[in-house]
Amino acid sequence: MRLINRHPGRVSATLLGLLPFLLIALIYSLASQERLADNPNDKLLPGLEQMTAAVDRMAFQEDRRSGDFLMWQDTTASLARLGIGVGVAALLALFVGILNGVLPLVRANLAPLVSALSMVPPLAILPILFIVFGLGELSKVMLIVIGTAPIMMRDVAQRVRELPGEQLIKIQTLGANSWQVITRMALPQVLPRLIDAVRLSLGPAWLFLIAAEAIASTEGLGYRIFLVRRYLAMDVILPYVIWITILAIVIDQCLRLTNRRLFPWYNAGGY
Amino acid sequence: MSFISVKKLWKEYGSQVVLENLNLEVKEGEFCTLVGASGCGKSTFLKMLLGQETASRGELSLQGEQFPGQPDRNRGIVFQRYSVFPHLTVRENVLLGLELEQMPLLGKLFGKARKDALDQVDAMLEAVGLGHALNKWPHELSGGMQQRLAIAQSFIMKPRILLLDEPFGALDPGIRGDMHDLILKLWRESGTTIFMVTHDLHEGFYLGTRLLVFDKIRNDPQNPEAYGATISYDLPIGQTDPQLYQTIESSVSETSRKLSA
Repeated sequence: MRLINRHPGRVSATLLGLLPFLLIALIYSLASQERLADNPNDKLLPGLEQMTAAVDRMAFQEDRRSGDFLMWQDTTASLARLGIGVGVAALLALFVGILNGVLPLVRANLAPLVSALSMVPPLAILPILFIVFGLGELSKVMLIVIGTAPIMMRDVAQRVRELPGEQLIKIQTLGANSWQVITRMALPQVLPRLIDAVRLSLGPAWLFLIAAEAIASTEGLGYRIFLVRRYLAMDVILPYVIWITILAIVIDQCLRLTNRRLFPWYNAGGY
Repeated sequence: MSFISVKKLWKEYGSQVVLENLNLEVKEGEFCTLVGASGCGKSTFLKMLLGQETASRGELSLQGEQFPGQPDRNRGIVFQRYSVFPHLTVRENVLLGLELEQMPLLGKLFGKARKDALDQVDAMLEAVGLGHALNKWPHELSGGMQQRLAIAQSFIMKPRILLLDEPFGALDPGIRGDMHDLILKLWRESGTTIFMVTHDLHEGFYLGTRLLVFDKIRNDPQNPEAYGATISYDLPIGQTDPQLYQTIESSVSETSRKLSA
């Protein structure tokens, strides 16, 4: 049988999917054991024991200096920045994207600007943000907004324009004015697509968050990673990276389920 | 004065002539079927009646007034596909027109007004045979049921003109017969003026009151775009002479061959 026609069963698919993870864990632990056997104080490839100890210290014990649980403090600080930044960006994208998609006059006026803005590398203007908004929360949130909003605006406008032209004619023959075309046709159909756009933007959003935190911050997941880098504290960095990955997966899946729950017509083949 | 009057109407896109010298008088309450080869301007004519396109030359008037330049609630339409809104249930789809009309700002009805409107909606859906599917989503309906829904959505607005753009083109032949009965019933009850574009000459020959055949009478083989189509036959329905059917059939298919060559 041709290779392209051979499909794995349920169990073997799961096993095949798990295999790379197990392989990486195995290779890592072997390499780590070897280095630790040479030098018990090796920092580069910490074993499970060192990492659990580090997590215990960061997450479940008060910091000796500040009295805070650092990992939770970092997590809430980062998630707040990420949430506000992506939230603001999504609202902006919805507003500008729908106007761009529905109204030809606005499109002629704004679409070139949005296209140009989406081409600006956000990290290149990070210094400007620090100068203009200072080193506080605002500049970090602004980086996420500026980094993700233009692309989402274009995406939303594109989704609006992909709605069949027949619908636009039909709703006019039902007497809709321009406002009603937006509120009853474009907006409700674009909301699930906006959530999809947010899911795709979360990757860049994390990137901008960690970059901003690395440069100027006093708390946050990115800040911590870059801080402990000075002491080669891989036993903290690795669990932090895994923790960020878990957070990203959980957020993504929550958005996916929200989409399913709120818009049954969207995923069920409405389109 | 007739309801709709078309005088020396031309439609051109650059050097391409789509319709030439169209003349037509339609009385209120007529049911016209438009047949002809693809590319013979049937849909373009329908778009002009809808307000999506304007004539290049000539006159198109509704009760002596110029046709409105954009779609409005007096002219309903049913397309072959995409006529219903996927994010609204069957009931909400039909309710939409009433809500838009009564609530310019919110676009939604509440409380008693909504209940009254829903009674109207349910009666309409019952009439088109969707009484059992009130709360379904459009994607759960078959193609024929979606078209029934689109028809209900249009008829509840009581439009003065209803335009049907190959509404049954994507349906199984068996279902088409049922749809013909439905549209004839609704037409008789409402007295709406209907224009229906169809590919199916047979359908055009017995549905409605009047058959309009769009065809290219003149043809330049070197420059097929030089001449447009016009109405080559304008027949009252009932005159179903098999000889005439054959003549029209062969003329239409000849044009269609020339156009696709």
